[in-house]
Amino acid sequence: MYSFEPTEEQKMLMDAVDRFAETDLRTAAHDAEETGAFQPDLIEKGWEMGVLQASIPESYGGFGDRSVVTGILAAESMAWGDLAGTMSVMAPGLFTMPILLAGTEEQKKKYIPAVIEGSWQPYSAALVENTFDFDPNDLSCKAVESGEDYVLNGEKTFVPFGADAKALVVYASLDGKTKGFILPAGTQGVTISPEREKWMGLNALPFHSMKLEDVKLPKANLLPGEFEPLLDSSRVAIAAMAVGVAKAAYEYSKDYAKDREVFGVKVAQKQSIAFMLAEMAVEIDAMRALAWEAAWMLDNGKPDASKQAYLAYTGSVDMVMMVTDRAVQILGGHGYIREHPVELFMRNGRGFAAFTGLAIV
Amino acid sequence: MIEFEVPEKITGIMNVIETVAVNMMRPVSRYFDENEHEIPWDFINFMQTASKGMGGSTSLAPSSKKEGPRIGYQRLASIVEGLSWGDSGIYLCLPGGMLGSAAVMAAGNDEQKERFLKRFSGDKPVFDAMCMTEPQAGSDTSAIRASAVLDKETNEWVLNGEKIFVTSGHKAMLDSEGFIVVWATIDPSAGRAGMRSFVVESGTPGAQVTKLEHKLGIRASDTASIVLQDCRVPYSNILGSPTVEKSTKGFKGAMATFDATRPIIAAQAIGLARATLEMLKEMLAERGVNIRYGLPRQKMTAIEKDMIDMEIQLRSAWLLTLKAVWMMDNGKPNSLESSMCKVKAGDVVNKITQKAVEIMGPIGYSREYLLEKWFRDAKIIDIYEGTGQINRLVVARKILEYRSRDLR
Repeated sequence: MYSFEPTEEQKMLMDAVDRFAETDLRTAAHDAEETGAFQPDLIEKGWEMGVLQASIPESYGGFGDRSVVTGILAAESMAWGDLAGTMSVMAPGLFTMPILLAGTEEQKKKYIPAVIEGSWQPYSAALVENTFDFDPNDLSCKAVESGEDYVLNGEKTFVPFGADAKALVVYASLDGKTKGFILPAGTQGVTISPEREKWMGLNALPFHSMKLEDVKLPKANLLPGEFEPLLDSSRVAIAAMAVGVAKAAYEYSKDYAKDREVFGVKVAQKQSIAFMLAEMAVEIDAMRALAWEAAWMLDNGKPDASKQAYLAYTGSVDMVMMVTDRAVQILGGHGYIREHPVELFMRNGRGFAAFTGLAIV
Repeated sequence: MIEFEVPEKITGIMNVIETVAVNMMRPVSRYFDENEHEIPWDFINFMQTASKGMGGSTSLAPSSKKEGPRIGYQRLASIVEGLSWGDSGIYLCLPGGMLGSAAVMAAGNDEQKERFLKRFSGDKPVFDAMCMTEPQAGSDTSAIRASAVLDKETNEWVLNGEKIFVTSGHKAMLDSEGFIVVWATIDPSAGRAGMRSFVVESGTPGAQVTKLEHKLGIRASDTASIVLQDCRVPYSNILGSPTVEKSTKGFKGAMATFDATRPIIAAQAIGLARATLEMLKEMLAERGVNIRYGLPRQKMTAIEKDMIDMEIQLRSAWLLTLKAVWMMDNGKPNSLESSMCKVKAGDVVNKITQKAVEIMGPIGYSREYLLEKWFRDAKIIDIYEGTGQINRLVVARKILEYRSRDLR
């Protein structure tokens, strides 16, 4: 059967996340972006909503079973509030989800409960590399087998909470295949840039670059599972967040256009603006449906799920740019100043093409 | 629960539809494109028989049988998608209720549904049609001039006016015991409030098919002009409750037809677009060009970018269409969603068919292949059942919570 109706449980979760996104994240987003940080208690509040915990089984300290559909519903709702805030709240998932999906039983027992039980702690992952044609399936960071260890060499960029993280999953190419490795903080040979990286958006989240020079990791730190499911899950998570950001921009510009007058009527009463808004609404809904289908396919192990996740991700990247750009355009000069959030939506919107691996559900 | 599984009942039907499309539509696609105004009777007669084997009509009029969860419109959208994959012009010759029945379903009372729709379950193919457009009134339906005057002595409506662009008008009035649904005003000074719809059955004196159009595409489908000259129909042929004559909701009721029909037109677009994209992919593969998925954009070729984007647009448009029919099946108001999917599908089918001709160069432009025909067939999607612009207007009014007078 087809159905576009979330379950009652999912609706309750979405309502809760919506409230957090609106009353907490959105109101704090501007200052966080300007000052470069969210208040820690806000991140903690988001964490306590238990989006990540709900996707981890009880045996590893969580209270639910993983559902990609549920995960992206929450991700979209939260990203509507603020993208950097959402990525911050969900950052520990960058560490736990790969272990849950690709780790051994021993690794799951050893690492996941420590992250999931209790308060938010900085855990993260390092995937992206500083090349213009970065391809997660073709990494320049290499892992080589050496006796009882793997030796890793390479450079990473875009590592959330890189300086504070207690542990990371770092991705490297092992025999031509991308693999995840558990990298505890303070491992010898790892140099984290003391300075934060400077990006066009996401300023409220500290990113660092990282150098790995002959980093020795015991074999027990390799996540033996395939990388593909991790990438798929990341892609639909990013797609859902793109939908959330686009929806935020669309709604803000729609409200503005209904409020502001021009030539004796409201801006929204001009067809040129009204049609822009109509197309934004259509594209957002179209890409949301695509992300939902991809998530459902992943949950149900459908053969084309991986391709569908890629399509949803690729389509959402274009959609969110189109929508956030138009939102700025609809506000005109007011869209260009930082008092309104649409310029931030647009800066974040353009980044989605580079956000692979910055979120996972 | 969010779910995207095609119900088994539909999968089974789709296999039959694909066989029909491959064997009875594709081989004659070009013939009926080049021999406009010939009627594809082989297809029509086959479908008339086959639809019974598929457990009921393939028409817009859903079967009354309760069969578990309601999937009537989804089933119909899937069938239309599959047949349009075969040929979107020949698909329009599908016997059984189409736009006229949809109007009866949306606006008619129980007696009318019984009287007008039961003819579709007979052995002979029957057609119906919707008469809305006039020479001076297209998208602006409130400018319709066709009139209906009640003759109190005989208790009959007397219809006068000229209707153009009537899809299947010839087949409904001259080739079968069908009917047309005519939009006319009972009070020319009242604008939209005066608009009502009337059923005129085949053989009614005063209703005459005067012309068949020559078109850019979908040439297998007849597009008729119908002149109504003192055409008399019984009082009870006015669609709606017995008091509809006095009500001011006639126009709204008739407009509700679109909620059901627009997703079906979108499904037509999707079938055509899918056919195009599949053929394009095959043609490229034969020439050694294969599409790689999963790459970052910086590593894709221009053709890969185009192909992947088209696939994204096609799938998402189909999902929007399924959402609109899912809402229809579940009794949820879907005016917004039905216009949204029509906007998207209209864009997508035109983009894909244009791009296919462009990418294949002279092969795309050649009448030896079907790509150029499909490019011509696609254009109608953005025109009938509300142009792309009218549907954008509907979407905009809905999302902005504006009335017609707020946003013109």
